[in-house]
Amino acid sequence: MKLVLRYSALLAILAISIGPFLWQFATSIKGPNEDVFVPDFIPDDPTFGNYAAVADVVPVWTFALNSLGVASVNVITNCLGAAMAGYALARLKFRGRKLAGVIFASSILVPFEAILISLFLVMRGLGLTNTLTGVVLPGSIAALNVLLLRNAFLALPAEVEEAAVIDGANAWQRFTRLALPSVKGTLVVVALFSFMFSWDDFLWPLVVLSDQEKYTLTIGLAYLQGTFVQNQRLVAAGTIIAVLPLILLFLLLQKHFFRGVGEGAIKG
Amino acid sequence: MTHRPYTPWLFLLPGLAVCIMFTIFPFLNMIVLAFTDASALGSGQFTGVDNFVRMAQDPKFWLAARNSLLYMVCVVPPLVLLPLLIAMLAQKIVPGIGIFRTAFFTPVIASAVVVGLIWTWLLDSRGLVNNVVEALGGTRIGFLTDSTLLLVSSMVVTVWRGLGYYMVIYLAALANVPKDLHEAAMVDGAGPVRRFWSVTVPSLRPTMVLVAALSAVNGFRVFSEIYLLSGGSGGPGGASTTMVMLIQLTGRGLTGEVGYASALSFVLFVILLGLLLITLKLNRREDQL
Repeated sequence: MKLVLRYSALLAILAISIGPFLWQFATSIKGPNEDVFVPDFIPDDPTFGNYAAVADVVPVWTFALNSLGVASVNVITNCLGAAMAGYALARLKFRGRKLAGVIFASSILVPFEAILISLFLVMRGLGLTNTLTGVVLPGSIAALNVLLLRNAFLALPAEVEEAAVIDGANAWQRFTRLALPSVKGTLVVVALFSFMFSWDDFLWPLVVLSDQEKYTLTIGLAYLQGTFVQNQRLVAAGTIIAVLPLILLFLLLQKHFFRGVGEGAIKG
Repeated sequence: MTHRPYTPWLFLLPGLAVCIMFTIFPFLNMIVLAFTDASALGSGQFTGVDNFVRMAQDPKFWLAARNSLLYMVCVVPPLVLLPLLIAMLAQKIVPGIGIFRTAFFTPVIASAVVVGLIWTWLLDSRGLVNNVVEALGGTRIGFLTDSTLLLVSSMVVTVWRGLGYYMVIYLAALANVPKDLHEAAMVDGAGPVRRFWSVTVPSLRPTMVLVAALSAVNGFRVFSEIYLLSGGSGGPGGASTTMVMLIQLTGRGLTGEVGYASALSFVLFVILLGLLLITLKLNRREDQL
């Protein structure tokens, strides 16, 4: 009896969480002759034609490619750059280490929205407005990731590295061969979050990009909605294109994710 | 020495460069610009506190500040309580729990834009929600055409999207609640409701403060939901504009008033920092108890 109650409650929340996505998917496969306003989750005559049609009105695959490029670069720069800085903060002794730590910590406190306009001026000064490089750069090595990886490196036992020092390994070798492989769990979380953050980002690309062929998916979709709102099937197809890769990626990595999040919170 | 003196700085260089160029410098520059009449084209003249005087007399600012504040106040209680209840439900390992947890997290993975578009469609004057309302005997509701309802709808979307995110934070915290406390309470004959208030809530109080702080800061910063539900307009006559939206609208484009937008940004920063300090203070008081 208790189990029945538990599962009914779980199923109710499940419906609330993914129902809206299912409705959007149902809309995206409804044919041109079917009334999209009728609350019918299973179309009479399902078609994937809308996915092809949406590409005729906006270059949705170009948007997707732009998003993919931006997100992939963001993952690489964050994993590598943040790991390097985190390693130096955790494992190398030098003058100015505290200062470097304070710079990273204080930049976490700056809300992005507060520097939005000023950051745009920096990009314009660098001649990088309306470029995908300009989209990537500000978040390319997030201070939060630096501190996350610093904590992960701090948790590693020191003995292994001390042995490597005696064997004559330099700092870079110890970093790439010993330290980096030991923080794989944290790296997966950093990679997943970097991809998600970049793929989902809206405000910054909206401000920095102006040409349609440079658009990422998020601003491309907002544009699609503004222009072609009368055909809801196309907007729905566009949103499914934007959300499906992330859902697949998350399903693939979800074990690491829930474990990594748990670890982080406990050690926090 | 196990490394050359400059080696650590080589490790730090990319990270520090990004941090300083794209966060610290723009932040300091924002504060300087807040006291000038800079435009999109020139750096402007020092004008003292003119921007702040103008802000005090600007009805748009007060409207945006009120909307953001209202938004924050309304989303915090449901975001502190509902995810906790869901986490308690999802905590127990039963067959298929992984599927449920992943499903509850799906709205978090989907971008604010995707979520905004999905809900724009759900809340459309002829959309699914209005169909249900009509089937129940009500009349269609203009969720997206009335400025107050637009704010409320947007809050619902924010809460919906936050459920899974804060659930994960609570799940991690619940794992640390000692089991024997629950067992002792059970032996004493405390029912589930009693155990929730006298065992679960007290031991989760620091996490609840954290969730309250995170959801408050995020609530005050709201942008995407309002932007999308209003189709970029900020509602009828701009009546649902929030602080971040006002900053974006003021500072953007060739006619952008960079000085004034920076002053608005500065105020946003001070408010968010204030929220953070209040949370730290609350947390410290918790520690003393």
